Amino acid sequence: MINPDRIVPTTCPYCGVGCKLELHIKDDYIYKVTSPFDGVVNHGNLCVKGRFGYDFVYNKDRVTVPLLRKTTQAPGTRTQAFDRSDWREVSWDEALDYTADRLVEIYNRDGADALAVYCCAKATNEDNYLLQKMYRALFRTNNVDHCTRLCHAASVVALQMAIGSSAMSNTAAEVIHSDVFLVTGSNTAETHPIIALQMKAAVEKHGAKLIVVDPRRVEMVNWAALWLPEKPGTDVPLFSAIAHVIIKERLYNEEFIRQRTEGFEEFSRSMEKFTPEYAEAISGVDRDLIVQAARMYATANNAAIYWALGIPEHSHGTDNAMALIHLALLTGHIGRRGSGLNPLRGQNNVQGASDSGAMPWHYPGYQRVDDEVAARKFEQAWNIEPGTLNRRLGLTTTEIMSAVGPGGVRALHIMGENPMMSEPNLNHTRHMMEQLEFLLAQDLFINESGAYADVFLPAASWAEKEGTFTNTDRRVQRVRKALEPRGQARPDWEIVCRLAERIEKRLGRPHSTFWAYQDPAEVLEEMGRLVPEYAGVKYWRIEKEGLQTPVWDDSHPGTPYLFIETFPSGRGKFHPLEYVPAVEMPDDEFPFILTTGRLLEHWHGGTLTRHSKLDDLYPEARVEINPADASRLKIEDGQAVRVSSRRGSITLRAWVTQRTTVGVVFIPMHFAEAAANLLTIDALDPQAKIPEYKACAVRIVPVREAELARPESRVERGRY
Amino acid sequence: MANINLSIDGDSVSVPAETTILKAAQQLGRQVPTICYHDHCTANGLCRICVVEVNGVKPLVPACLTPVREGIQVTTSGARVERSRRTILEMLASAVDLSQAPEIEEFIGAYRADRTRFPEAQRREYPVLDDNPMYIRDYSKCILCWRCVQVCADDAQFTYAINFTGRGFETSIGTFFDKRMPETTCVFCGQCVGVCPTGALKAKRESLLEQGLSLDEIMQATKGGKKKRRKSP
Repeated sequence: MINPDRIVPTTCPYCGVGCKLELHIKDDYIYKVTSPFDGVVNHGNLCVKGRFGYDFVYNKDRVTVPLLRKTTQAPGTRTQAFDRSDWREVSWDEALDYTADRLVEIYNRDGADALAVYCCAKATNEDNYLLQKMYRALFRTNNVDHCTRLCHAASVVALQMAIGSSAMSNTAAEVIHSDVFLVTGSNTAETHPIIALQMKAAVEKHGAKLIVVDPRRVEMVNWAALWLPEKPGTDVPLFSAIAHVIIKERLYNEEFIRQRTEGFEEFSRSMEKFTPEYAEAISGVDRDLIVQAARMYATANNAAIYWALGIPEHSHGTDNAMALIHLALLTGHIGRRGSGLNPLRGQNNVQGASDSGAMPWHYPGYQRVDDEVAARKFEQAWNIEPGTLNRRLGLTTTEIMSAVGPGGVRALHIMGENPMMSEPNLNHTRHMMEQLEFLLAQDLFINESGAYADVFLPAASWAEKEGTFTNTDRRVQRVRKALEPRGQARPDWEIVCRLAERIEKRLGRPHSTFWAYQDPAEVLEEMGRLVPEYAGVKYWRIEKEGLQTPVWDDSHPGTPYLFIETFPSGRGKFHPLEYVPAVEMPDDEFPFILTTGRLLEHWHGGTLTRHSKLDDLYPEARVEINPADASRLKIEDGQAVRVSSRRGSITLRAWVTQRTTVGVVFIPMHFAEAAANLLTIDALDPQAKIPEYKACAVRIVPVREAELARPESRVERGRY
Repeated sequence: MANINLSIDGDSVSVPAETTILKAAQQLGRQVPTICYHDHCTANGLCRICVVEVNGVKPLVPACLTPVREGIQVTTSGARVERSRRTILEMLASAVDLSQAPEIEEFIGAYRADRTRFPEAQRREYPVLDDNPMYIRDYSKCILCWRCVQVCADDAQFTYAINFTGRGFETSIGTFFDKRMPETTCVFCGQCVGVCPTGALKAKRESLLEQGLSLDEIMQATKGGKKKRRKSP
């Protein structure tokens, strides 16, 4: 039996639930993870990633020394270097000096618009705050974004338009207080496993009724009273038909609509045409199910809506999210315990990275960069001359990649993200990455994106640094240093500060914007002075349990649920909607709709989990195909197939399963050797600039086993 | 609802209806020993180590699941209770490997239990099951407390991958049709590992570290699931 040298409490680095972990450490090795049973978020429960998925920290492929590319890279001929022999190990001084020289050279030649940065939803609030500060204060650019653009951007835009706030309005654990809850576009059991446990308990032990709306027969359907199996991309007609029924049957909350909303009359007229019959014809969902769902949701005492990326990741994602928000505004199911609107945030710190200003249109705290008062406030705080911060909205993640080239973006700094896996239409992304003049990667492993870099800076993992993450229900929680960083790796916040000092010196700025932070606590205090919602979030207050923002001052207890009496925008606004089909619809040549997403065992681009034993558990990509489709195409379970779209083609095994509906296939996004995003379409939502990951047209043909990238890998799993 | 009044070891206490004797005793600061009981699992009274005497009730009752009643007098120690607890510990020690169950070992000392009282007892011995990359199952250390089964089912995960199998002395925890874990409904959340009180369920990496493997060897250890390992020491 092993006696640990120490047990370090911290927060899980994977999904947005934010489970509390205790790392048991012997000789600097994390040999076991437990979770305290009195923790408010997860009550001692974890999923496979949280309990077993931390061994990437020790993977021998991890980079723990700064690297420079041996051969000089030029736009148009830039190549990927996965092999360490293509890189030269250098000192931190050499790597940082070289990076500062290159960035300043490009800035002096081409100006602010030539620089761009991808911040990171896996890094801490402090890391992200400092990185956006560096690019805004030193390079005067707002080309600052992160992967929220690729996940919930449309939910954020819709929520901001309708009610002026964009986070989950309830605490996840409140689901046991809902009488009815609707889950859509979320495979909660795999992507937010601990919230799914609370949802299952709500159904099994607290009498709640669950409505699932999803083109896949996700695991939560096993607990559902109603499952509405819609075709991908038909959310607007489907949810508008539910609104139609609520209006027609006068199931709406007149008092709530009168007191707290505006635009109902016009909205109501726009819903006229969304009859259940019309929605059935488009979405494939039986009209009776639509009516039943409308009645069940509208007549509940407390009803909540939970959604994940199936809603926003469409070329009309903002409209999709708006269609859901309308249901809450119609019925008044918001602003109470167990009643509200809840976008389930994917990454451990996507809420926090957004709060910290890792966004092209906002300073920290969603203060707009084109707002003169906000800009002056940050100029003063960052000790720079009035009027010199950039007032123009920056480019989004997807726009940055499209803008690469002469006269556009020349240098890109990537902290912990992997656009070469996560962008849509990867063949296009590859072309754009090749056109960069300078690329800086800051990560643990040389992933598909870092392989293009000129400089690779080795970052400390989550277990090797101090900081905070903000989880999906707005709870700011501590991340603690349990280990010394491996090799020469350094925490991201330190890397940013040391790089920023060098850049500031080279730019010859008269005053320093300040980079001499003693520790991350000091960074969060600076952010708290600028972001009212974080004013009362201090390290000394969150040592044991986190605090839910807004926390207005040092004695404020935090906010479990939002909008009790009013919305940040005053009244909730209805927006008339029209149905717009997905950009690419199936046809004779590409007869299936492809939808993409995550698996329980893996994380996003796979940089962490594919360097973990988690990969032994689920070592290969599989395309889910319905038995009816499979038998028509003579495809057997486990057979190799090629899936092609107008943009690319991948080879992987088929999983013949009822998990997906007829005409729809699903491919997880984690596997570089069969990257789903080679197939996806780079059509964007016009308002939120989010790509349409959840619907494009593909065809499937059987191929020989030998055409698989790794024929020896087989998933053997009995789970649903 | 009115509170229930009772006395425990002569001290009066008033608690809400439905409170168990265990919780009422804890309110008074009395420590009643428990083994199978876990604050976050449904109590089943399987191990019987928490038995107490209630006046007017002939058999000893398990404190972990017996609700309080008005006016009862509970005795949490005494010769009869202690003999009972000692015998339970002696029977457990005679059949199960308790070497990684420090709490039970502590009770064995505290109740002066004689590990050799049943020298003829057959020991429960099973090969270590190492059929997945995440955790090992060493049922020679299993006391059948049922916690793992419960957290896999309605106490937490709603996955139902494991249950009791066999009867009487042959009772053990197993999968349906004795399938290897990856072929069951298991999602490898490890809630079971988290509540196991005896080290019967253990993170595989912890087990390899115990066997003396270095960090590099652990990281390079063969992929899980292909072969059964030797019994860990």
